[in-house]
Amino acid sequence: MISVSVQHRFAGFDLDVAFEAPPGVTVLFGPSGSGKTTLVNTVAGLLRPDHGRIVAGDWVLLDTAARRCVPPHRRRLGYVFQEGRLFPHLTVRQNLLYGRWFAPRGAAAPGLPHVVDLLGLGGLMDRRPGALSGGEKQRVAIGRALLAAPKLILADEPLAALDEARKAEILPYFERLRDEVAVPILYVSHSSAEVARLATTVVALRAGRVTAVGPPGRVLGDVAAMGVRGAASVLTARVVAHHADGLSELATAGGRLWLPLVADAPGSRLRVRIAAQDVILSRARPEGLSALNILAGTITDVRPGQGPGAMVVLAVGEDRLTARLTRRSAEAMGLATGQSCHAILKTVAVAPEDVGTGARALDTRPLDQMVR
Amino acid sequence: MEGWSNWLGPAEWQAVRLSLRVSLVATLASLPLGILAAYALARWSFWGKALLNGLVHLPLILPPVVTGYLLLLTFGRRGAVGEVLDQFGIVLSFRWTGAALAAAVMAFPLMVRAIRLALEAVDPRLEAAASTLGASPVWVFVTVTLPLILPGVVAGSILAFAKAMGEFGATITFVSNIPGQTQTIPSAIYAFLQVPGGEQAAGRLVIVSVALAMGALLLSELLARRVARRVAGA
Repeated sequence: MISVSVQHRFAGFDLDVAFEAPPGVTVLFGPSGSGKTTLVNTVAGLLRPDHGRIVAGDWVLLDTAARRCVPPHRRRLGYVFQEGRLFPHLTVRQNLLYGRWFAPRGAAAPGLPHVVDLLGLGGLMDRRPGALSGGEKQRVAIGRALLAAPKLILADEPLAALDEARKAEILPYFERLRDEVAVPILYVSHSSAEVARLATTVVALRAGRVTAVGPPGRVLGDVAAMGVRGAASVLTARVVAHHADGLSELATAGGRLWLPLVADAPGSRLRVRIAAQDVILSRARPEGLSALNILAGTITDVRPGQGPGAMVVLAVGEDRLTARLTRRSAEAMGLATGQSCHAILKTVAVAPEDVGTGARALDTRPLDQMVR
Repeated sequence: MEGWSNWLGPAEWQAVRLSLRVSLVATLASLPLGILAAYALARWSFWGKALLNGLVHLPLILPPVVTGYLLLLTFGRRGAVGEVLDQFGIVLSFRWTGAALAAAVMAFPLMVRAIRLALEAVDPRLEAAASTLGASPVWVFVTVTLPLILPGVVAGSILAFAKAMGEFGATITFVSNIPGQTQTIPSAIYAFLQVPGGEQAAGRLVIVSVALAMGALLLSELLARRVARRVAGA
C-alpha cells in the first residue's frame, strides 16, 4: 500500500497529485512533462515539495504538516534510473553490493547469488560499467536496487534509453520482480504497452494532475485519460497450445484467441493489450471472415464522443474490452447497454510488446524468503 | 650517486632540501582546505561566494611582494594572528614554517582550480543515486565523489607543489633569505647572483628548478587525462 499526496509549485508548472495504490506495481503513466519524474524524485527525497505526505506501507517518508522529511539515504529505497547511473569507478560486483553496505544489519535482503541468477549477471561481475551494453547496465542497476534491501522500489522509465530488442530483454525481469518479490514498485512510463504488461495499478498523469487511477484494464480504456487514439484494453488469457503455423492458441473468457507465437509455455497466464481502434463489433456471430478472433461479450457502456467516434465497452468475463467505432455505426447497429455482442480482432494487430506475463495473486512474504 | 651529490655544493644541497620540505608541507597541509574550498565553490551557493572566490584567487594576481607583506602584517610576531600564535609558542616569521605558509598561500589558487574542475566533471546524479542507496552525504563524498576526483586532486597537488618550489617574492618578503632556515632554491639563486663568481652555483640550481617544474607539469597533465577517462567509466 502506497499513499502519495504532493503539492509543489515550480516556475510555470504546478504539481498537485494525490493517489493511493494497493501493493504491486504502481505505474505513473503520462506524456513527458506531466510530472512523472518530478513525482518519483519527490518520493525518493531528491526533491522536497512545498506540501505533501508520502507513506509506503507503515513507513512515513514525508509529512510536511508534521515537519517530517526523511532524508533520501534513510528512506530505504531501490531507485532504478533511466540512464542506469552505475558508479563508473566500481566493478559490477561492487556496484551491486553498494547499497547493502548501508542497509541495516539483518534487513531482509536477497542474497547476491540469487540476484545474479535472477538477472543473468554471472559473466559480468568483474567488469566496469564502461564495458557493459545498455541492457546489461540496466540489469545491473535493477540488481543494485534489489540488493539495497529496499522497502520501496522506484523505477524512472528504466527502458526508455534502450532499443526495442533490449526493452524486450529487460521487461520480463520487471514482470518477475512483480511476481516474485513482495516489495512495492513505483514505475514511471509513457508506454501503454509497458503499463498493460506490468501495472497492478495505473496512475495517469497530465500536466501535473492525476486524470485517472485504477487497474490497467480500466485506466487504459478511459478516453479522458488516454485520448481516443490511445485507448486500449487488457485481456487476461491462458496459453492453450502452440501450433505449427506460427500461431499460439489462448483461452479467454470470451472464447479462443489466436496470436502470433508467444514464448510462454502452455498453461501460463498472459496479459494482452488490445488497442480500441483495432476492434470491430458485430451483433450476430460473423461467418466467412478472415479475422480469426471472435470474442463474445456483453455491452456495458456506449459513449458517444465529441467528434464522429464512439467508445463501446464490452464485458468479456472479468475483463473490459473497449472498441472505438463511428457514432454512425453504433447508431445503425442500435448498440445499447445489456446487449450481447461479438468483438472481432485481427491476430496480426497484436504486437509482441503487447503481450506480457500475467500477475499472479500477490505474494506478501518478505523479500528474503521470496528470492531465497 | 656519489658524483651526483658532489655536483651540488653543501649550500646548494641545503637549499634543495629545504625547498622540498617547505613545498611538501605546504602542499599536504593545504590539501584538506583546498578540497573544502573547491567543493564550496563548485557545489554550494552561499552568501559571500564571490568574495571567497576572489580571496582564493587573489595571490595569483597580486604582486607577490604585496602578498608577502600582508602575511608579515598578519602572521608576523606583532600581527593580529601572529601575536596569538606566539602565545602558543608558534612563530612563523623568519622560520621555515613561515616559508611553507607563504608557499601554500601562493599555490592555493592552482590547487583549488584543478580540484574544482575535477568536481565539476562529476555527474551529481551519481551522487544522488548513492544517496538513494543509503549513503549519507559524508559517505557519498568518500565512496563516490572523492574516488572520481582523485586524479584531479593529485594533479592539483603536483601543480601546487611545483608552484611552491618556485615561490620567491612572498617568501623573501615574509621570512627573508636566511641560509638553512628560509633560503629556498629561488632565494638561493638570487643570493648566488648577488656575489661575484656565484653564477655557476646559480646555474646548477636553475637546472634543478627547470627539471622539477617540467616533471611536475608532465605528471599533472597525465593525471588530468585520467580524470576524464575515469569519470567516463572506461
